[in-house]
Amino acid sequence: MTATPEMAAGPQTADGPMAVRLVDVDAGYGDRIALEDMDLEIPVGALVAIVGPNGGGKSTLLKLIAGLLRPWSGTVEVLGAPAGRESRRVAYVPQAELVDWSFPVNVWNVAMMGRYPRLGPLHQPGKRDHEAVEAALERVGLSDRAHSPIGALSGGQRRRAFLARALAAEADLYLLDEPVTGVDVPTQEAIMDLLGAEADRGKSVVATTHDLAAAARHFRSIVAVNRCIVASGSADLVTNAEVLARVYGGHLLMLGDRLGVLDDSHHHDDPSGSERHFHEGQRGGRS
Amino acid sequence: MNLIFDPLAYPFFVRALAASAIVGLVCATVGSYMVLRGLAFMGDALSHSAFPGVVAAYLLKAPFYLGASIAAVGTALAIGWVTRQGKLRGDTAIGVLFAGMFALGVFLFSLIPNYVGDLFGFLFGEVLGIGMSDLVSLCILAAVVLVTVGLLWKELLYATFDPLGAAASGLPVGKLDYLLLALIALTIVISLQSVGIILVVAMLVTPAATAQLVSNSFGRLVAVAGAIGVVCPIIGLYISYWVNSASGATIVLVETAVFTAVLVVTSLVGRYRHAEAGARAAQAGSAR
Repeated sequence: MTATPEMAAGPQTADGPMAVRLVDVDAGYGDRIALEDMDLEIPVGALVAIVGPNGGGKSTLLKLIAGLLRPWSGTVEVLGAPAGRESRRVAYVPQAELVDWSFPVNVWNVAMMGRYPRLGPLHQPGKRDHEAVEAALERVGLSDRAHSPIGALSGGQRRRAFLARALAAEADLYLLDEPVTGVDVPTQEAIMDLLGAEADRGKSVVATTHDLAAAARHFRSIVAVNRCIVASGSADLVTNAEVLARVYGGHLLMLGDRLGVLDDSHHHDDPSGSERHFHEGQRGGRS
Repeated sequence: MNLIFDPLAYPFFVRALAASAIVGLVCATVGSYMVLRGLAFMGDALSHSAFPGVVAAYLLKAPFYLGASIAAVGTALAIGWVTRQGKLRGDTAIGVLFAGMFALGVFLFSLIPNYVGDLFGFLFGEVLGIGMSDLVSLCILAAVVLVTVGLLWKELLYATFDPLGAAASGLPVGKLDYLLLALIALTIVISLQSVGIILVVAMLVTPAATAQLVSNSFGRLVAVAGAIGVVCPIIGLYISYWVNSASGATIVLVETAVFTAVLVVTSLVGRYRHAEAGARAAQAGSAR
């Protein structure tokens, strides 16, 4: 069975062209399996959030699509070719924690990097590249910070600088690892407005997030991953208690009619600690 | 009295000036990528691993550039390969391979029956003894390294800053990593005669580290590192001529002195700015 995020109001249906197609994929690191039996189709023009607990394989799935990790078995097709083949049409934005913010580059340098792969080794950036970078900085609202070192930026500005790099690349598929985690709501909205506009233009956007509220609010479809695909569908899927229970394996907290997921950041490194947290929370709720 | 122009009457001094300035420029350029990638230890390891190549070339009467290049580039690629297997941390692989290679050099060295002063020159550097043919080889290798970096500076920069993003958008990051290691190895080979195996790491890392203290863009980092890399060896050579000290060590000491001075000044300026900002904030607070 193939999981396809449904796009009720979207321009593409499951019959249209696919930006990403995984067939029967197993993948992991060393001898530790991270994802198994993955079947997934993401149509062109989608705005998809990959959600799930930490250690559940969100980033692994994104890396498979980006061609950064090869599957143990099965096939990964991206933009109609094996993953990694059409990589010049892919823009990848890493998690902010993985970036060395003391690195001596400014906002302009970072955005220009988006042009490097299409330029090739022997060519220096030309007029066309400068225009693309200027336009990208304008769209993310960082034109006046072009010459600021990235270390001097706020958290939200740093995300927008990397988003500018992705826009400058003029890619067809955007892959973003936790683009809205830990940024304030206005920045979240600015980033998601831009990505929504790109999806409307027929670009495809795939982003991981463990912020379920952000996933429900800003994305049009959801793929819930916990070692395998647990659920997929439209964005309001994450308000479904049964689906949540399957994704997070019972680590759920009922707060009246609202649903929440306990902070699971330590749940895979330290299951006992997270277990204890959960029971405390439950007892607190009853008393 | 003419402290500046008198030494220039000696051809060996002019050759030494040219050699060490070129070496300084190449080292600073490659070193800029090294400090950003945390490869200082790798530089030290590769210079030591060139030693068996130098001794073997001496025994076989082959050009030392050839022996040193094969040993250093071979070790660089071996370290890259062992690290990529993922079983060992990078610094572990470096520690094992570099100590083993240096031991091989000492072993071969101890087999040579008679005294070999030439080889000691490679340990501590002897730029004043550099001949015309050595200088020509040095210039050719330096040109190879600088042209390669000139053609691939953007790709190397992207792969250094964000290897995941670079690989995902189609840059051959694995190959670029190996290429950078090979460039470091070649740079070390070029530098062996000037500063010697033991001190090369300072030529590679110190100018770029100094530049990093005052740079917020990559272009400026390379420019400042290059300027330090060219000027310090010239000053160091003059000092070693005046006081009759070991040339390689003197050059490294000049670079270390410049680094220390810049470090002290930048931290004092930083503290002053902090204090100033604090005072302004306090003033604004009391005004309100």
